Amino acid sequence: MGYLLTKEGVNAVLKEWAESYLIYAPVRMSGKGAFSETDSIRYAPITTVEEIEFEKKSDFPFKEVLIPLSETLFFFTEDQVTEADGPKKNAIILLRSCDLHSVKRLDEIYIKNEYEDYYYKRIRDNVKFVLMGCKNAFENCFCVDMQTNRIETYDASLEKKGDFYEMDNRFADWETVLERNGMSRRVVVPSYVTETNVHVSIPQGLSLDVSRSKIWDEYDSRCINCGRCNFVCPTCTCFSMQDIFYTDNGKIGERRRVAASCMVDGYTDVAGGGAYRQKNGQRMRFRVLHKVYDFKKRFGFHMCTGCGRCDDVCPEYISFSDCINKLGIAVKEVGGHNEE
Amino acid sequence: MDMNTKALKKNAFRVTKQRGVTASRIRVPGGHLEAKYLSVLQEIAEKYGNGTVHITSRQGFEIPGILFENMPYVNELLQPIIQGLNINQKTPGQGYPAAGTRNVTACIGNRVCPYACYDTTAFAQRIEKVIFPNDLHFKIALTGCPNDCAKVRMHDFGIMGMTEPQYDKDRCINCEACVKACKKKSVNVLKTVNYKVERYPDRCIGCGECVLACPTGAWTRGEKKLYRLTIMGRTGKKNPRLGEDFVKWIDEAGIIKIILNTYDYVTQHIDPAAPGGKEHIGYIIDRTGFEEFRKWALRDVQLPKMAEVSTPIYWQGVKY
Repeated sequence: MGYLLTKEGVNAVLKEWAESYLIYAPVRMSGKGAFSETDSIRYAPITTVEEIEFEKKSDFPFKEVLIPLSETLFFFTEDQVTEADGPKKNAIILLRSCDLHSVKRLDEIYIKNEYEDYYYKRIRDNVKFVLMGCKNAFENCFCVDMQTNRIETYDASLEKKGDFYEMDNRFADWETVLERNGMSRRVVVPSYVTETNVHVSIPQGLSLDVSRSKIWDEYDSRCINCGRCNFVCPTCTCFSMQDIFYTDNGKIGERRRVAASCMVDGYTDVAGGGAYRQKNGQRMRFRVLHKVYDFKKRFGFHMCTGCGRCDDVCPEYISFSDCINKLGIAVKEVGGHNEE
Repeated sequence: MDMNTKALKKNAFRVTKQRGVTASRIRVPGGHLEAKYLSVLQEIAEKYGNGTVHITSRQGFEIPGILFENMPYVNELLQPIIQGLNINQKTPGQGYPAAGTRNVTACIGNRVCPYACYDTTAFAQRIEKVIFPNDLHFKIALTGCPNDCAKVRMHDFGIMGMTEPQYDKDRCINCEACVKACKKKSVNVLKTVNYKVERYPDRCIGCGECVLACPTGAWTRGEKKLYRLTIMGRTGKKNPRLGEDFVKWIDEAGIIKIILNTYDYVTQHIDPAAPGGKEHIGYIIDRTGFEEFRKWALRDVQLPKMAEVSTPIYWQGVKY
């Protein structure tokens, strides 16, 4: 059921939700950008609607709530292991359509990919999603081409409409709180983007043969392997393990998992000192093809959701969408055969 | 021809090689101005000068080739620049009221540069507002970060932007970008301990390379604007030298108070026989000893808790 609400009405809803949920939303963190006197838009718990940044795309994605950048899994002593506590509260995440499509990718990797990831699952089972209506594409978005611009599988939606807010609710348990705090009922269709400035065309006939293309070489020198594109990507799920032994007593410690990046040094290191993808162009090739080729081959849909954050963040102005659009040239160059 | 050269100089004109011909010196605090003023400079240069403009080493302009008799007209034309740049003035239309305290210079700062920790021009303008007009010979420069592109260590007061890095270990994924950046580009004060990063605050120079390098936003800038204040660098004949650190992690109010206190110190201790009433502050300190200067400089100064004052200070440089 859809509702029209005042700001106070939305805040009353948030207040009731807060009794059982931590509500995560993109917020503007003043002065937290890398450059002085610039802001960073990140996910953080909120209590009022005023804290939510509706106007800008978040710099870092919602995924940090589901897969924290650094997460302690368990503590160990000499002969015992104790699991680290999971979140004490359920979570609500406010996010745009492309990002809610990304949740499907995360689920695919962490839950449906043969083995279920226990730590992901224990958070994921307690998360609800509130869709933020998205009227206009931002600079580097290409959601329409990735078919992630619309989504129906939200628990509720929230969108600013002039001085008021529209909410659509699809989760039965929330109906009464919305009923109580809404001004009136109405049919609510969350806004969605229909046109983007950036377009991508993933060529037919893509195969691993494009690995041999020369298109990757320019990134050897252009890319600085910082990994920002991975950390802001809502669908990158790689992690690495760290066993830490506390310094005061080297026999006890903890195991953490932290986000890993296929662009950063060390990712392909193997026992014996080898490292497979040493050139940045080859790392770029791996990342790009994973997003628009390998993943789809295995799971049936593209990993990339077209949010464009990798383009937004790259300090070297390397455009992911631009690279996708070069794949057509690469296919021709290596004499691609049609696998699709 | 009769001309009071003392008054002429105080009015920011110059006695030149050519008799009866002067040059007008235009101060631009912070070295940044609206482009519309360039056409005013052009007009003055073409109408009363020799059609050229010199960009000075202190980020001002100098218009040469002006006849003494035309100074009042030049001053009138300068009025929109003086007003537009918010220069303290006694009588509108009569040009600059002093020239001793030099233009406050600045690097481009954080209006443009990714490294800069603050708006250098805006801070320069705030300093200009409290120290000008003044006949004493003070040179002040500001730079956005410890790269010191503005060469502030060549000035009586050098102000260098710093940021106190804030570390959120929960966002750190141990990519070591900060450790590498600090080691290769800065002073090597970051170390990986148990897959997280430790910083040695005593040796950290607050350059912000860690913040710039961090791909996850684990490192961010501190909320407070803090600076390194270097003092008594100078060029010149007897003993050119680099300024030494006076206070590390000082705030704006502290810097301004120290500068103002130094005006009092100089007024008290300047050589009464100094040629042209002009003596570099550093030489006065050489004479009175650093401790006497420090006593004056720090009078009523409220320093931030983390501020570190260097004492005593010994300067090096070339001695002739």
